[in-house]
Amino acid sequence: MISRRNFLKNTALGIAGGALSLAAFEIVDPKKLMAMEAADKAKLRWVFLVDTYKCVGCGLCVKACKQENETPYDSSVTRTWVERYVLTKDGKVHADTPKGARDGFTTSKIDLGMGKMEEINNADIDKAFFVPKLCNQCDNPPCVQVCPVGATYQAPDGVVLVDRTWCIGCGYCIMGCPYGVRFFHPVYHTAEKCNFCYHRISKGLKTACVQACPFGARQIGNIKDPNDPVTKIIMTERVGVLKEEYGTKPQVFYIGLDKEVR
Amino acid sequence: MKNHVFRPLIVFLGIVALILLARIVLVPKDFGVGERGYMYGWHRHGNEEEWKNQIIKVKYQGKEYCKDCHSDKYESINKTPHKIIQCENCHGPAGTPEGVVHYDADKRPKLPIDRSRAQCLRCHYPLPYPTSGRSKIRSIDPDKHNPDIECSSCHNPHNPMGGLR
Amino acid sequence: MVAHGDILAHGELWTIKELFAYPNEFIYWSVQIVMYPFMTGLVAGAFVLSSLYHVFGVQQLKDMARFALVFSFALLFAAPMPIVLHLQFPFRGINVFMTPHFTSAIAAFGVVFFTYGAIVASELWFLYRKHFVDVSLKLREKQDKTLVEWFQYLVFCTLTLGVYDVSEEALHRDEKAIKILAGVGIPVACFLHGYAGFIFGSVKANALWMTPLMPVIFIMSAVVSGIALCMLTYIVVMEIKKFLAARKRLSGPARFTSTEAIKGVEAHVIQMTARYLVFFLVAAISLELLDLIFRGYTALKSWDVLRSVIYERDFYDIFIMQYVIGNLVPLVLFLIPGLTIRRAIFAVLLVLFGVFMMRWNVVIGGQAFSLTFAGYMHYHLPIVPHNWETFKEGLGGALSIFIMPFVLFWVISKIFPVFAEARQE
Repeated sequence: MISRRNFLKNTALGIAGGALSLAAFEIVDPKKLMAMEAADKAKLRWVFLVDTYKCVGCGLCVKACKQENETPYDSSVTRTWVERYVLTKDGKVHADTPKGARDGFTTSKIDLGMGKMEEINNADIDKAFFVPKLCNQCDNPPCVQVCPVGATYQAPDGVVLVDRTWCIGCGYCIMGCPYGVRFFHPVYHTAEKCNFCYHRISKGLKTACVQACPFGARQIGNIKDPNDPVTKIIMTERVGVLKEEYGTKPQVFYIGLDKEVR
Repeated sequence: MKNHVFRPLIVFLGIVALILLARIVLVPKDFGVGERGYMYGWHRHGNEEEWKNQIIKVKYQGKEYCKDCHSDKYESINKTPHKIIQCENCHGPAGTPEGVVHYDADKRPKLPIDRSRAQCLRCHYPLPYPTSGRSKIRSIDPDKHNPDIECSSCHNPHNPMGGLR
Repeated sequence: MVAHGDILAHGELWTIKELFAYPNEFIYWSVQIVMYPFMTGLVAGAFVLSSLYHVFGVQQLKDMARFALVFSFALLFAAPMPIVLHLQFPFRGINVFMTPHFTSAIAAFGVVFFTYGAIVASELWFLYRKHFVDVSLKLREKQDKTLVEWFQYLVFCTLTLGVYDVSEEALHRDEKAIKILAGVGIPVACFLHGYAGFIFGSVKANALWMTPLMPVIFIMSAVVSGIALCMLTYIVVMEIKKFLAARKRLSGPARFTSTEAIKGVEAHVIQMTARYLVFFLVAAISLELLDLIFRGYTALKSWDVLRSVIYERDFYDIFIMQYVIGNLVPLVLFLIPGLTIRRAIFAVLLVLFGVFMMRWNVVIGGQAFSLTFAGYMHYHLPIVPHNWETFKEGLGGALSIFIMPFVLFWVISKIFPVFAEARQE
């Protein structure tokens, strides 16, 4: 049995310890830690809008991105890509992204990898569509959180960048991204991903993929500007985001996002 | 003497001091917490500027850039459904990674022309997908529709149906 | 397949993708990332074993404790090597110390490793201080020192850190310091390996890794592997000594203890240590089974693809190799009464294999399915290297890392002799 003295002593210590940790929590205020106040006051925050009804899977965006951003053309990795989803009457979902759709989709057969293709009868299709993907420049980027050296970071305007001179190549950010947008650059060997063509948008140009898309399926805008046409659509029309359950707060919005999209 | 017990601690602290000294030399001066805080903004500030202006040069210029010299093609294509296509979609970016931009008579007088069937099939391969804009594009079966020749043998990309059925 | 002249993405060489996976997905964390938690686990486990004597005074483990501590130190230098080999920029690894981003579990590496290294080094210093003093004093008296002896003299003089007091009182203070360090070192050793588990457990993007149980599972199996390795090396070393004693006894005086005496000590030590191993092994198995049952019961979005990976594609690796061969069989072998040295060696090897397979199934298994939950990636370990990359991230690299602590142990035991005969006692 614990003595009264020891009980009182331990309780006092417990309360003191608890109070100290709670005080520390105030000092380490999450809001300040993530500078959420600064983000609220900013005038520029880049966001992206994808219309999956308009995308036809031509892949011209992927080609333009690779050439603009100097990702090796014949390499499997790409900063952006387009996925195809074909839903057949038997309830099955067939999806593929041959070379990231760099050459478009020029066959109705689904690429199953390992050289295998699956024939789909057009009559069996319930619905099918194309979904362009790129870095979501999340508001809570899990890739930035796990970088051990501060090589990847979020710029004040929301774009997540990678410092090629500081990246040690551990790959933690690549494993940390739920969307699979990151990869090791085949030439520079540092982590790499879409950065909304930061060198273009900072000069008032559109990103290479937005400019290249003939169908207007891709658009970029500033969510802090209420007059931006992209902002207007996001605020007044029904839009979705990818994998919301991870809490990353992605900033690429989709019109016509189907439940089957991965 | 009780001192000797702390000897390893002194060695340990010495090594820590060395590391802190190394930091002064090795860490870039502009490395620090950014506007996004420590969790999301820990970086070398100079890198932002590098991405904006140094690391990658702008290559794709857009249709308006081509308009003045190639006004005939520009106006021609603008009268057809192909007006939505960028010149550089088929002709490649006007600029190179080294920053040489067409038109430069000495270095970049011409741009390539992609005449392959694969280029046209990007949009015109038949994929009648319900709910997708793809199903609205006129398509051909590439195995049956003149499979051995380039599409541009009959279809001028700047006026695809001109003179044809 | 990749055509000639293509530029390969990192990981593309040893990844085969099936069905629907994102274009940038490859197995980026390969065998070296399996080796790293395996090695740090051995480090932590060896240290905990050593502390069982120093902190809890388990007298029968006295010899094992000294051995385990030195081995833990040798392992400590080998442990960062998998990371050095894995990093795309190994020399930039120092950036983790220069600009650590502590929101990342990997940044903890710098602090934890360093602290742990300091504790082990300090504890070793207190343990061997008298030996350093004795050797350096003896060499100081010697007039004609050979070059090797000069070098030895320098090394041992430096190691005394300028303290030559070996009185009873000083030695008594050493004992107290050892006890404190061993005690403090246990949570630090646990942290050293727990954070490795945290590295995986905190990755919400990976459906297999994401669980709060991961750090605990890693610690438990780390202690298991550490104890197993110490048992194995201890047996091997004792067998070598026995062999040498049997040979030397014919020629020299009774400078070496008899083979019978050595054998007696060995069996008892092994039986004692095995008891602790069984305890931690049962804990590790229970936690892993708990994780598996929970996943199946709650059946989250990822369960369909995880089920197909765990129960179909990787069934052999997980259930046969890890659970049966690596856990169940050695558990039974240890529990059968009358543990012989031969049975212990076999069981311990299986345990080490089981722990390695656990790391493999976590790291590689976590990358066996795509983020789409609708595709798979198959990892084939590069066996025959054809360039630096296929060596360092292949079988060659893994084996080199595994051999390294033994080589280092041999080197270090010249300074920290592990057995009583070699010390000036």
